[in-house]
Amino acid sequence: MGEKTSKIRLWAVIFWLAVWQLAAMGLARAYPHGSLLLASPAAVLYRLGQLAVTTAFWQTVGWSAARIFGGFLLSTLLAVLLASLAAWKNGVGELLAPLVAVIKAVPVASFIILALVWLNSRSLSLFISALMVFPPVYLNVLEGIRRTDGQLLEMARVFRVPFSRRLRYIYLPQIMPYFRTAVSLGLGLCWKAGAAAEVIGLPAGSVGERLYTAKVYFQTPDLFAWTVTIVAVSVLFERLFLILTDWAARKVGG
Amino acid sequence: MELRNICKSYHGRPVLQNVSFTIEPGVTALWAPSGAGKTTLLRILLGLERPDSGELLGTGVRWSAVFQEDRLLDGLDAMGNLRFALGSGWDEAAARRLLAELRLSDAEDRPVREWSGGMKRRLALARALLADAEAIALDEPFAGLDAENRRHGAECIARRAETTPVLLVTHDRADLEALNARIIELRQGEIRRGSTS
Repeated sequence: MGEKTSKIRLWAVIFWLAVWQLAAMGLARAYPHGSLLLASPAAVLYRLGQLAVTTAFWQTVGWSAARIFGGFLLSTLLAVLLASLAAWKNGVGELLAPLVAVIKAVPVASFIILALVWLNSRSLSLFISALMVFPPVYLNVLEGIRRTDGQLLEMARVFRVPFSRRLRYIYLPQIMPYFRTAVSLGLGLCWKAGAAAEVIGLPAGSVGERLYTAKVYFQTPDLFAWTVTIVAVSVLFERLFLILTDWAARKVGG
Repeated sequence: MELRNICKSYHGRPVLQNVSFTIEPGVTALWAPSGAGKTTLLRILLGLERPDSGELLGTGVRWSAVFQEDRLLDGLDAMGNLRFALGSGWDEAAARRLLAELRLSDAEDRPVREWSGGMKRRLALARALLADAEAIALDEPFAGLDAENRRHGAECIARRAETTPVLLVTHDRADLEALNARIIELRQGEIRRGSTS
């Protein structure tokens, strides 16, 4: 039932695009500068097409993607490592619990401002995306390890099965669904937070800087075009990373 | 292998009290009604739990086991399960012969999750019997098996017991009749008597 209601249908997308187009047309008619308030989907698509053929566009996307995805990768590696340690030694989990709770509870804007004090603006999105990804990946992987079938682990212990085989046949099949969920959630979060950090920190050559410039000069089609780009790149990275993860799991799992 | 005065309690409730016996070549059957502490005793023998007191001689023994539950990897087929538990040193031809004897050949290639309870039990037994072990522990190995499969299983156990000591743990008298075993009776956490079936 949940899957049926949450699935995105093409007709629903077309409906909302039509609503957007009509609203933009209505505003343009009602006010002399109505198109500045809301760019139409057609205008956004046109502007996106113009941007996409320039080298600067791809350099900007690459600049932000490298930092945001870099932060995601570093944080994911650290979270998996620490979750494994926490599952192995209770004390590690207890030590990390307040830290994870703080990262989850503190508003991202506070972290961005603090990071601007501590770091230069070029490292800002890397740090913020890493921070956003850590709690979901750490908590989910830890939960996956903790839910590993204890009876199977005992069996493996009695039969003296080496750790590599236990990892491949007992731990990984249990952890993978948790890891996938965390990655999906984490990638969405890190792009949202990373872009917000760039808008506040304004590192030169970033997507956030382009968003800010679009806002300052009332370039609404640019604002929407860059937003669409962020969403598209985020979804693309999520799909690619999950495909890569599934492939790696299949390789390891035989 | 010998247990001397093994005691174990959970939350102050004694489960095993001064349990002593030896596991000798052949089949040693530990008979006990449900809740008498036989699974706890087996877990201590397998090194999965520590006794509160007492001595366990032969702690370095390489065991294989049929547990109370089948403990199979549901996504793997028969050979996959055997390969997982037995590692590189296993004899595939011997495994196929034993699976045939336990009448599992037809299902060999299907993942275990599609098997019946009785088939899973027989595969768990095959895994324990095929392992390169110095002693074998069998916790209710015939649970859920019909008379014919029980007889086939007992024959395989008896053959392996010629070279490796087998400890059979059961609450079912019929299991004792299927095997020529030395019987040790465990009641309310204490050894009551030993005899031969």
